[in-house]
This record gives sequence, structure tokens and C-alpha cells, in this order.
Amino acid sequence: MTNLCTSTFSLKNPSSIETYLSQDGYSSWKKIISGEIPKSEVITIIKESGLRGKGGAGFSTGLKWSFINSSDQQKYLVCNSDESEPGTCKDRDILRYNPHAVIEGMLIASYAIGASVGYNYLRGEFIGDQWVVFNKAVKEAYEYNFIGKNILKSNLCIEIVPLIGAGAYIVGEETAMLESIEGKRGMPRIKPPFPAVQGLYGKPTIINNTETLATVPYIIKNGSEWYKNLGVNDSDGVKMFCMSGHLNKPSVIEAPLGVLFSKLLDECKGVLDDKKLKAVIPGGSSVPVVKGEDIMETPMDYESLMKIGTMLGSGGIIVMDESTCMVSVLERISRFYYAESCGQCTPCREGTGWLYKTLVKIRSGNGDQSDLDLLNKVATQIEGHCICALGDAAAMPVISFLKHFWTEFEYYVDKKQSMVI
Amino acid sequence: MTDSKHIFSENMSKEIDLIRSKFPKDKSKSAIIESLLIIQHDNNGFLNDELITSLANYLSIQKIDVYEVATFYSMFNLKPIGKNIISVCTNISCMLRNSDGIVSHIEKRLKIKIGESTKDNKFYLKDEMECLAACNGAPMMQVNHINYENLTTEKVDKILDEIAND
Repeated sequence: MTNLCTSTFSLKNPSSIETYLSQDGYSSWKKIISGEIPKSEVITIIKESGLRGKGGAGFSTGLKWSFINSSDQQKYLVCNSDESEPGTCKDRDILRYNPHAVIEGMLIASYAIGASVGYNYLRGEFIGDQWVVFNKAVKEAYEYNFIGKNILKSNLCIEIVPLIGAGAYIVGEETAMLESIEGKRGMPRIKPPFPAVQGLYGKPTIINNTETLATVPYIIKNGSEWYKNLGVNDSDGVKMFCMSGHLNKPSVIEAPLGVLFSKLLDECKGVLDDKKLKAVIPGGSSVPVVKGEDIMETPMDYESLMKIGTMLGSGGIIVMDESTCMVSVLERISRFYYAESCGQCTPCREGTGWLYKTLVKIRSGNGDQSDLDLLNKVATQIEGHCICALGDAAAMPVISFLKHFWTEFEYYVDKKQSMVI
Repeated sequence: MTDSKHIFSENMSKEIDLIRSKFPKDKSKSAIIESLLIIQHDNNGFLNDELITSLANYLSIQKIDVYEVATFYSMFNLKPIGKNIISVCTNISCMLRNSDGIVSHIEKRLKIKIGESTKDNKFYLKDEMECLAACNGAPMMQVNHINYENLTTEKVDKILDEIAND
């Protein structure tokens, strides 16, 4: 519906530098290098554009950049391409169809914060496709001298370095990613100190999501007002929405923030086989589920989703029709968090196991009413008691599933079978 | 570094050196993950104590540092596995599109349970816990880290036939 990060997707050889250049690619970077846009302006433009982190947290990107410890020491930029929030499949497309927008965004961000090295950390499972494409793109950008020593005959030197992970959801948490780059197990750090003060190897570091960084060149090119105005009503800018689950045409759609859910549903040709919509998880599996009828006419932006008790998160929208057994879905979600808890904090390590085992018990027909109370109790005891957000992410689905579909859970423990079968 | 301390070929050593050069001079540990991936790939998909010790020696770091990484990340295997790795995504988006049916079909066809390798060592069916980030192509699987999307049992048969005959 709106093409920024997705602007090359339907072109021939979308990932090649020639294609990107034909779309005016690297023009923002050239403007910055030539001094046409002063360094001090860059952060201001990004701040005023209203760009918010598109990985899940939704924090102001410009503000984040402005937190960088400006003292005269080595600084790093890290691009978070460890896309693994269940229901999210946008960065994988940007990396393989528009990798140069990521590179240009990384260069601009590195320049703005004074970093001489930018690492892009791709999840291990991207090794067969995105990893190959992104490495090739970096090589091309070096050949054109957009990256490297004395960029375009200036005094500026910035290295862009692709890195690969090896399978761990938790590494998507920014401080766990820093641990992973340092060659350790991906266990989140206690904040503060925040990475902008003490990050990679103890040096000031800014970590941004792939989609966020890939948006940056388009904002620099067209201005902050232009980006702001792309959003509907009070929302600023655009977002990639990953529509999956029970849909006739599951799709990744870049659309204005504030677009109605019903509009996105139309783009996907409606609910699969025209069944009734039952529930939606609008921002990746870590955010609360909502009932279908409550989201239908909701604008997809940070504030509106907050009003209906959920979050925009990563933009991973999982659609469930009337035939969905909510007990089974919650069991699957809980299995995931149990498997992916890094084990560092006791409430999360033990609690995710409790949640999963209790749900297995219910699903196998051995649960009773007290197990439902136990789920709620364990979830609330995890929430807010851990170093990172994984514990909260495991708790929120449980609390929201029970809240919205209590009768269905009660039916299951009572009749020892699913209400929808 | 003397040759007796590691068993890497000249080519492998060069590749590790290249990975090492991505990081600051005193940050050898940063090279562990990517090095282990290429070492594992070169060793039929799994790691052993000899390879782990070799990498520790090659990078002049502690063996436990390498073990910490090798045991934390799910793509590392510390036991031999079948030649072709199948990972079926069974996370929510794929579950809603019958990924469990795909898993059962593969189990039946290969006569193994999830997490096992076939007797002829041709296939390993990984017990994948993570979402593989291809939700709009659900149900999907990776075979040797190449995506196959919008799966049906017929499609799975065709893919596995082709790989088995390779």
C-alpha cells in the first residue's frame, strides 16, 4: 500500500546495487557525504520524523541515537536482523529483496552516532538465503566505495560487517545480541548501563531493527514531514505488517500506521474459506491476544492497540478463525517460551516450564479448575520479575488467553476435550 | 600456533582467519559462532570434542568458552546426525496451517520420530522450536536451510524424493 522498505520487491533483480541505484538509492548517503546535510541535522530529521523502532519496542529512533555517549571513543552500530518473534516475517524480505536500503540505513546511522563499524547480525536460519544475498550486497557497496576507507573520496571510514547467529530466539533481545557478538551465550544484561553508554565490548553502541534502519534512507531523502504525513491521523509513518494464519492470501504489507485492521484483512482476501474471525495476535506471539470483533475496526498503531489491551509489537499479525482451539494455541506458544528461555532468571526459567507443563496437562485431559488458577498465578509471578522481556512475553499470552477465552478453557478442563471439535 | 594443536586444513584455517578479522584484535571469542558453523558444515553437520578443542587452541581461548557457545545455540549438534537436515516450523502461524500434519507425514514417510535421523543417515528431522520467519508461506520447512513454503504432503514428498535421489 505504501512502498519504502518494499520499493524494490517487485523489480527485476531486486537485491542488486544497480536496481537500488536506479531507484535513487544511496542518494541520501551521497548528500550526507558531500556535506549537503550537516551531521547535526541527521539525528534531528530522524527525531522529527516520528520514526519508531520497528522490531517490537516502538521507541523513538532519533531519541535513541541522541543517547549515544559522545565521548571520544570507539562506538558501534548493530543492526538486529535476528528476526524470530513468532508471526514476524518482514526483515527476511528486506534482507533478500532490498539489502542496500539496510546498508544505506546502517551507514547513515553509523555516521550520525559516530560509529566506525556497523555489524548486521542475521539469525542463523537465514544462512541459506538472506546471508548470501546480504554478503553479496555488502561486497557491491564496498566496490562502489559507499562503505570502507575514505568513502567517496571523503575522510570518512565506516566498515559494515555481516554476522551470523546459530539459533536462539533470545538473541533478538538487544543486550543478548551484544553478548552473542562477543562470542558468549545469549544471556541478556541488566540495564542500566544502557548499550548507548556501555554496549558492545563495553563501548557505546546503538542497536536498531532491520526495518527501522532500512526506512532511514527514505526519510533522509524525502524529509521528516513527508514521513510523518504517511501515517493516518495522528500516527507517524509506515510499518510492515506480516499477515499470517487463517487468511486466504497471507501477505507482508507495508502500510501507513493507523490503517484499519479490516483494510489489512481485505488486502489478504479475508479470513480463510470465509470463516468467522475469532481472535488476533497483532504484534508477534509476545503480545496479548484480542477477540476478532474488538480489533476489526481498530487503527493499527501503537496507541489504538494499547487502548484495546494489546500492542503493535513487531507487526506480526496472527489471524485465527472460529475453528481454532485456543487451548492448543496457548500450549504451543508456551512450549516456545519454555524452549527459548535462556535460563538466567529463576521466574522465567522455572515459570515457563510450569506454564507449558500445566497446559500439556490440561490438553491431555488431566487438568482441573485449579490448573487454570495456577496458570494465572504463575504468569503474574513471572511478569516484571526478570532481567529481560522474555518472561513478560511468556506471561502476557497466558493472561490474555485466559481473560478472553475463559469459558473455552473451563470447558476443556470440565469436558476433557476442546470446545471447537 | 603449531599444527599439533589443531586439525584444520589450510583452507579452513584461512576461513577462520577471515572470520577473526571481522572483530577487534583482542576479541577472539567473537569468532566462535561463525567458525563453529563452518567447522560443523565441513564435518557432516556435527561437532566433537576434537574440533571444539582445535578451535579453542586456534583462537587461543579456553575450551569451555567454545563449549558454552556450542551447547547454547540450537543449530549446533554435538552428536552425529543425518546428512540432510529437515526443520519443519511448528510455531503458531504454521500450526494454524497444519504444520503438525506435515511433521506426522514426514515421520511416517521416513519411519522416524521428530528429533531422530533415518537409519541410512540420509535425513535428520530436527525438533524445531523456533518460528522460522516465513509465516506468510505457512506451513513451511527448511531443508539444509533452504525454505520450502505453502507445503502440502504431496509437495513434501516431491521435495524429499528429489533430495533422496541426489
